[in-house]
Amino acid sequence: MTTPVLSVRGLVKRYQQRTVLDGVDLDVREHEVVVLIGSSGSGKSTLLRCVNLLEELDDGQVVLDGTDVSDPRADPDAARRRMGIVFQAFNLFPHMTVLDNITLAPREVHGTPRAAAERTARELLSRMGLAAHAADYPDRLSGGQQQRVAIARALAYSPRLLLLDEVTSALDPELVGEVLALVRELAAQGMTILMATHEMGFARQVADRVCFLDGGRLIEEGPPDQVFGTPRHERTRQFLRRITEAGRL
Amino acid sequence: MSVSELQRERAAYRRSRARRSTAVALVSTLVFAVAAYLAVTRAPGWPRVRDSFFDPATAWRALPAVLDGLWLNLRVLFVCGTVILVLALGVAALRTLRGAVWFPLRLLATAYVDLFRGVPLIITLYLVGFGLPALRLTGVPNDYVVLGGVALVLTYTAYVAEVFRAGIESVHPSQVAAARSLGLGHRKTMRLVVLPQAVRRVTPALLNDFVALQKDCGLISVLGAVDAVRAAQIEQAASYNFTPYVVAGLLFVLLAVPSARLADAAARRAAHRQGAR
Ligand SMILES: Nc1ncnc2c1ncn2[C@@H]1O[C@H](COP(=O)(O)OP(=O)(O)OP(=O)(O)O)[C@@H](O)[C@H]1O
Ligand SMILES: [Mg+2]
Repeated sequence: MTTPVLSVRGLVKRYQQRTVLDGVDLDVREHEVVVLIGSSGSGKSTLLRCVNLLEELDDGQVVLDGTDVSDPRADPDAARRRMGIVFQAFNLFPHMTVLDNITLAPREVHGTPRAAAERTARELLSRMGLAAHAADYPDRLSGGQQQRVAIARALAYSPRLLLLDEVTSALDPELVGEVLALVRELAAQGMTILMATHEMGFARQVADRVCFLDGGRLIEEGPPDQVFGTPRHERTRQFLRRITEAGRL
Repeated sequence: MSVSELQRERAAYRRSRARRSTAVALVSTLVFAVAAYLAVTRAPGWPRVRDSFFDPATAWRALPAVLDGLWLNLRVLFVCGTVILVLALGVAALRTLRGAVWFPLRLLATAYVDLFRGVPLIITLYLVGFGLPALRLTGVPNDYVVLGGVALVLTYTAYVAEVFRAGIESVHPSQVAAARSLGLGHRKTMRLVVLPQAVRRVTPALLNDFVALQKDCGLISVLGAVDAVRAAQIEQAASYNFTPYVVAGLLFVLLAVPSARLADAAARRAAHRQGAR
């Protein structure tokens, strides 16, 4: 078997005394879409931030394409160049146009000439139905449009691995559809994706594998039909029951 | 574009309201000005004050010399203003550095800012203007204009560095996270993402400091540099009339008004941008 794109080994993350991630093991193979589910505060965002090396680990490893990128001797910037992350709150740069937001990393990190970077960016934008907004500033866009720009920004340098943190949680129900369609398209094109979501219906459709995170531990994982259909763990059953009652499945 | 009857009527109402408030403002300003004028001119000492502070002939005679001096103030202002901006940005960036290697630099920057924000400008002027040349070091200039400029730069850089630092710290950490996640290093994150947002936010505060610097440039006269204030003093000594000081003061005010209006406009724009979010 080939080495996974991402391999998380015994990951521990603490804030002060509180253990937020408690020994997480997780593999994401090439072209695979892995979905993290779990109640609020279970550590999904923290896990994604740790994978992107935005947090210092308290134990364990993050291995990208076979190299331990969490080693303090490794260059975290080099590892981040191979990953794209989309944050729950977009985090677009308000002082740059949409086009500059998207071309920043290709130009400044990957050495792509401006013209080529802009060509790629415009292609991405028109694929997302945002071609007319290239020269706009982010605060002129709707939430759904901003979220798609954030996704375009993360895709602009063709990362090996795309990390998505609840890309629909800040959106109106109407806008959720546009963004989910985009993610589905990326998955169909063979992008390797690790994402956190509260959209169980979507997780079920798009995931190759679903991981249930509870109190910082990964307590159940498997194909979506199995995790949603016949969950083995009592905590998973409770979580899914609560979600079903809230009408989100 | 067709406009409904309702909208036309509303627009007319708004226009009439606007005309009315302009008229009210004019009348109240006039009343206030007349009252102030009467209060001052009826004061028992007014004739003497008028002759020694507001004498047109003396003002006219002093004007060329004071204007010459003001030209010096202006040059000092622009040179110092530019130097201050650059140095302050550097000091602010030093103060935000993380990591053990930078500890001494960080400490030095903090000590500098604390010291020069605390010392009154006039004392810095004396120390730099008279103390520095007294050391007789080679390479130390002994021109009072340059020394005065150095003192202004020392004091103002400390203030402006703090303004910049506040701006840098007001940029939300998620912006840094977003930049780092794209693979940008610390420096590029600072230069391309944090500083542009910080500078935008502190522009109103910076313009305020610029107005303050404008008038403090007149303090280099205490060292003997012949600027507008010093020129006024020379004229005063010759004529025993204080009018030249009033002339210099008015010129400084004229200089400050555009900058002050600019600062107001920038503050309004910033507030508007914040509100729009
Ligand atoms: N910077 C921080 N300092 C202290 N505690 C933190 C910090 N970031 C996260 N936490 C804590 O870590 C826990 C996990 O947070 P995390 O954001 O990973 O949850 P999540 O699963 O993404 O939740 P949600 O579904 O609400 O987004 C929470 O209890 C949170 O309070
Ligand atoms: Mg989260």
